[in-house]
Amino acid sequence: MIELIDTNAGGIAAEFVASRLRAGSPAMSMVMTLVVVVDEEGSDDAMQVARQASHEHPARVLGVILGDARGTSQINAQVGTGAGWTGETALIRLQGEVVKHAESVVLPLLLPDSPVAIWWPADPPEDPASDPLGSLAQRRITDAASASRGKTKAIHLQCASYHPGNSDLAWTRITPWRALLAAALDQQPLKVTGGSVTAERISPSAELLTAWLADRLKVRFERKGSNGPGITEVRLDTKEGPIVISRRDGRLATFSSPDRPDRPVALKRRQLPELLAEELRRLDEDDVYAATARKLMKLQRS
Amino acid sequence: MAAWVNPLRDPQDRRLPRIAGPCGMVLFGVTGDLSRKKVMPAVYDLANRGLLPPGFSLVGFARRDWAHEDFAQVVHDSVKEHSRTEFREEVWRQLAEGFRFVPGTFDDDQAFNQLRRTVEELDEVRGTSGNHAFYLAIPPGFFGAVVGQLKKHGLAQPAEGSWRRVVVEKPFGHDEESARELNETLASVFPSGSIFRIDHYLGKETVQNILATRFANAMFEPIWNANYVDHVQITMAEDIGIGGRAGYYDGIGAARDVIQNHLLQLMSLVAMEEPTSFDAESLRIEKLKLLQSITLPRRLDLTTARGQYAAGWQGGEKVVGFLEEEGVRRTSHTETYAAITLHVDNRRWAGVPFYLRTGKRLGRRVTEVAVVFKPAPHLPFTRAATEELTHNALVIRVQPDEGMTLRFGSKVPGTQMEIRDVNMDFAYGGSFTESSAEAYERLILDVLLGDPPLFPRHSEVERSWQILDPILDHWAAKGKPDAYESGTWGPPSAEAILARDGRSWRRP
Repeated sequence: MIELIDTNAGGIAAEFVASRLRAGSPAMSMVMTLVVVVDEEGSDDAMQVARQASHEHPARVLGVILGDARGTSQINAQVGTGAGWTGETALIRLQGEVVKHAESVVLPLLLPDSPVAIWWPADPPEDPASDPLGSLAQRRITDAASASRGKTKAIHLQCASYHPGNSDLAWTRITPWRALLAAALDQQPLKVTGGSVTAERISPSAELLTAWLADRLKVRFERKGSNGPGITEVRLDTKEGPIVISRRDGRLATFSSPDRPDRPVALKRRQLPELLAEELRRLDEDDVYAATARKLMKLQRS
Repeated sequence: MAAWVNPLRDPQDRRLPRIAGPCGMVLFGVTGDLSRKKVMPAVYDLANRGLLPPGFSLVGFARRDWAHEDFAQVVHDSVKEHSRTEFREEVWRQLAEGFRFVPGTFDDDQAFNQLRRTVEELDEVRGTSGNHAFYLAIPPGFFGAVVGQLKKHGLAQPAEGSWRRVVVEKPFGHDEESARELNETLASVFPSGSIFRIDHYLGKETVQNILATRFANAMFEPIWNANYVDHVQITMAEDIGIGGRAGYYDGIGAARDVIQNHLLQLMSLVAMEEPTSFDAESLRIEKLKLLQSITLPRRLDLTTARGQYAAGWQGGEKVVGFLEEEGVRRTSHTETYAAITLHVDNRRWAGVPFYLRTGKRLGRRVTEVAVVFKPAPHLPFTRAATEELTHNALVIRVQPDEGMTLRFGSKVPGTQMEIRDVNMDFAYGGSFTESSAEAYERLILDVLLGDPPLFPRHSEVERSWQILDPILDHWAAKGKPDAYESGTWGPPSAEAILARDGRSWRRP
């Protein structure tokens, strides 16, 4: 890692090239730029997660720490390659007036003509698509579950400001649940007449799962509370009896369906690097998330 | 009535993985290397990724006096040692509940009766719904006995609305005749759509990427023909010897072991025309068409070579020669290195030789396809300036270090005009991470889903043998293979093949 004090975008870009040359491998085979907007405390953890995700998607990772916007501008950066990264990384600390113009630092550092994804590990802007940094990216990843304020409403805010390219890790978290539920109906093509989703009181993922089920199955789903962890049970009612997937420990679920023996299913809560890697696999609009976000808004109004 | 559409599925919803429907697998040959190193770990990894259906069951069949728990222990050990994903107790528990073991020999009616009862019991208590795949990880000599027993005991016949499939591994015979017999044995019991032949190469990311590279891009296909391509080299080199496989290898040899299946399949993917779609049938049609247009050169003595590794140093270790390996006959004529030349008689490839080579105890372990282009028609430089410039090449690195290399000329920095070869590399990180499925996982999942694009069909196997048989006959009449020192890139006779055409092998 090279420390650059009081630098600018050109200085950081030059250091990228220099560090590649120093490493003896001037070629780059990165497939995207990932911008991570963090605060000072969260930066170590977030960069660690991005590093692991970069193994699946070699990327230039730009960590941006937005400091205090008052006073004279200063840009400091740590630039590096190697050491567990498959691409390049820079952790850029902004202070002073430049904080309001962070996009002017990031724009020159985007890899030419390749996709840009942005991730807010904690408090995202209310409307990521119109955020100056967010508008540089075609994939904007938020995480309603990690909001430090207004937790209950965080996912509703994100759904309200939905714009093609937005995605929330609360949605990513329920992929295994959705896969299992879809597989359940593959196995037994039954008409679902209603059902429920049981989870911790505050669980953006549960809100999305309820909305998704209601949207796809066109029936009412009840949202019930429990002590968690996360989502603990999903029930689909059918005339033949309920299909129930229940998970009490956040790891192993029991799958029961009409006229079939109960079966255990591994359904582990996934860690951030896995979630982020799944998000980066596809960078076009997620239509199903869009429909689910719309449904969640509709459910909230009614 | 319209077909039922699952309301939770949406073609736009590409996050949802394909999970196999309710099913189980019966594994024959549980104590073999293949089962322990590949199949069992792949089953666990699939379960760990949540891609196996709830209630998936694994039945082991072997001549061992084991209880279910002993079998579970064997799987446990193999998973611990060889699985790619982290070992998780809850996944293991889910899987282990579905383990059963049936002791017996292949001619034991009672054992197969018990196997049927076990399978029925699983349908009852685990909800496998009568869907079962029979994985024959056993020598092909036993296929007949096993499928015969499966038929006799009503295990091969699916009930209405369920399926029974059989999975076999190479070798698919040792010549055209035996391949046909083998197929007749299987086909007498299972319909051709239910026979899955595993060529694990076809499950590799980079092999599938050949199709993406060729047919998703505009810049490669226009030069992918005899107008621009000088020749193609397909290499599969191993640094290891035959290890403990003398019994299998002696008498089979490199050409039957590798060229017949892996290299000819690679060649057909590299050279075939664009399929109308990527379903199994369209791919099979194009691959078969390509295989059918392959012809052999007239003079096999000048265009093929074979060798046997002699003692030497491989990668800093002293190793013995093939003839000194335990279990190999001292007079064996089995080749451990084979190089052949093939032509493709169609408009795209007329006049472009395809050189295929494979060997054991070579310089390093590598599999790659190199498409070597013709030199530029005119070079407006002095001869001295382009002395270090050879042919442009596009290299698809299949393993290890999966990726692609493009070789072209570039000016050497300095005041003089001097041009030399440079390499541009691309490696997609994903293929090395835990999160991407290994070839066996992918193929086993495809078997359970009944999705056959990645499996060679019998017609391809038979055609491959038709190509290879004349070469094998030619070699059989010629006596001993040439010796080559371990750790080198094969016998001088192989260099001579390309030298005659004014070319040389790449050092991969």
